[in-house]
Amino acid sequence: MTLSRRKFLKTTAAAALTAMAIPKAGQGFELEGRMSPGPKALKAKRWGMVVDMRRCKDDCAGACIKACHAVHNVPYIPQAEHQVMWLFLEPYENAFPEQSRGLTAGTAIKQKFLLMCNHCEDPPCVRACPTQATFKRQDDGIVMMDYHRCIGCRFCMAACPYGSRSFNFRDPRPFISSINPGYPTRRKGVVEKCNFCQERLEIGQMPACVEVCKEGVLTFRDLRDPDSTVSKILAKHPHMRRKPDLGTGPSVYYVL
Amino acid sequence: MFNRGWVIGGIIAFVAAAGFPFYWHVLGRHEPFPELERPKGEKSCVEGVAYMRTDHMRLLHAWRTAVVRDDLLIYTASNGKRFEMNLHKTCMGCHQSRDRFCTRCHDYNDVSPPCWDCHVAPEVPEVRVQQSEISRKETSDDMQKGSPS
Repeated sequence: MTLSRRKFLKTTAAAALTAMAIPKAGQGFELEGRMSPGPKALKAKRWGMVVDMRRCKDDCAGACIKACHAVHNVPYIPQAEHQVMWLFLEPYENAFPEQSRGLTAGTAIKQKFLLMCNHCEDPPCVRACPTQATFKRQDDGIVMMDYHRCIGCRFCMAACPYGSRSFNFRDPRPFISSINPGYPTRRKGVVEKCNFCQERLEIGQMPACVEVCKEGVLTFRDLRDPDSTVSKILAKHPHMRRKPDLGTGPSVYYVL
Repeated sequence: MFNRGWVIGGIIAFVAAAGFPFYWHVLGRHEPFPELERPKGEKSCVEGVAYMRTDHMRLLHAWRTAVVRDDLLIYTASNGKRFEMNLHKTCMGCHQSRDRFCTRCHDYNDVSPPCWDCHVAPEVPEVRVQQSEISRKETSDDMQKGSPS
C-alpha cells in the first residue's frame, strides 16, 4: 500500500479533528461563575492585628493560645523539635532580637510576647514556595496555606524570618486532645501556620484569639481603613513591628 | 507469513488476557456493586445524581480552590439552590457515614483519595452500632464464601 504525503496529512488532520469533537466527561458543565462569597463574610482591604502588650496579663494562662489551637486542631507534641505552634509566647529578646539591648531595663522585658504569623505585605515564604501552596490573598492580604498543595519542602520555613511556621514531622492526629470536626487537621509532611482565622472571617466571626481575650489585648481590623480601631490605636500609641528592616511589612503591630 | 500458528495464537492469547476485565464485566462475573447508604429524607444531591456520580471529584476540586484560594463560600447549583462549599457541613451533613458511602465506592473502584488524612469524618455514634453489626455480618458472609475481604 502506498500513501502519498498529501493523503497522509489529510487523514491525520481528519482524525485529530474527530478526536477533538468527541465530548469528554464533565465537559459542557461550567463550574465557574457559580460561586460567590459568604453573605456574612467580614471584609477588609488588609487585615491587621494590634497586640497591646500593656494589657496582656499572665493570669489568663494563655486563653488565646488554647482557643486558637483548639479551633484549628493544632496538636500538642511534648517533644520540642516536633512542636506545632500557630500562636505562641516568646521572651522580648527573641521577639525583637535586634532591639533587645536598649530596652533591657524597660518594663516590657520580663513579659512574654504573643507571636504569630505576621501576614507580611511582601511575604518571603510565598516567594520561596515552589508549588504556590502558600500564597497571599490579593483582596485582604492574608497569607494562606493550601495544605492540599504543600509538598513539605520547608523552603517557606527557611524563608520566614519570624519562625511562624511549623512542620508536621509526624501524624498530628494522636496529639490532638479533642478534635474540632468542623476544621481539618493536618497530615504528616505539611507546613502549617496561623491563617488569621480566615475560615471564621468568611462566616462573619472574629478570629478565635481576639474573641476569647477578655483584656482587650488583641484588636483585629482593617489597616487600610483610617477610621478602623487598629488605625486609631496605631495613630495614638507608639508601636513596633518585628524586624521591620527586612522590608517584609508585617501586619501585626505591638504596642508597649 | 512465518510461524502463522504462533503469531495468530499469540494475538488471540493477548486479546483474551488484555480484554479479560471487559468481557468478565459483560458476563456479569464482576464483584457486585457495593450497597451505598443513601441519605434519608433527601431526594437530590448538590447537582444531578448522574453528574455527582461521575464528576463529584471535579466539583469538590473546584470548591476547594474557590474556598481556599478565592475567598468564596456559596455554591449556586443548576436548580438555583445554594450550598455552603464545605465538605464537613454540606456533603457529610447528608452522607453521614464515610465508611458506608465514600469508602465503599472508592474501594470498589480501587481509588484512595487522601481526603480523610486531614478532613475529619463525622462521627455518628448511634449508627456506629449498626455499622459494627454490618461489618460483622459482612465478615461472616465473606467467610462463608471463603473469600477474604
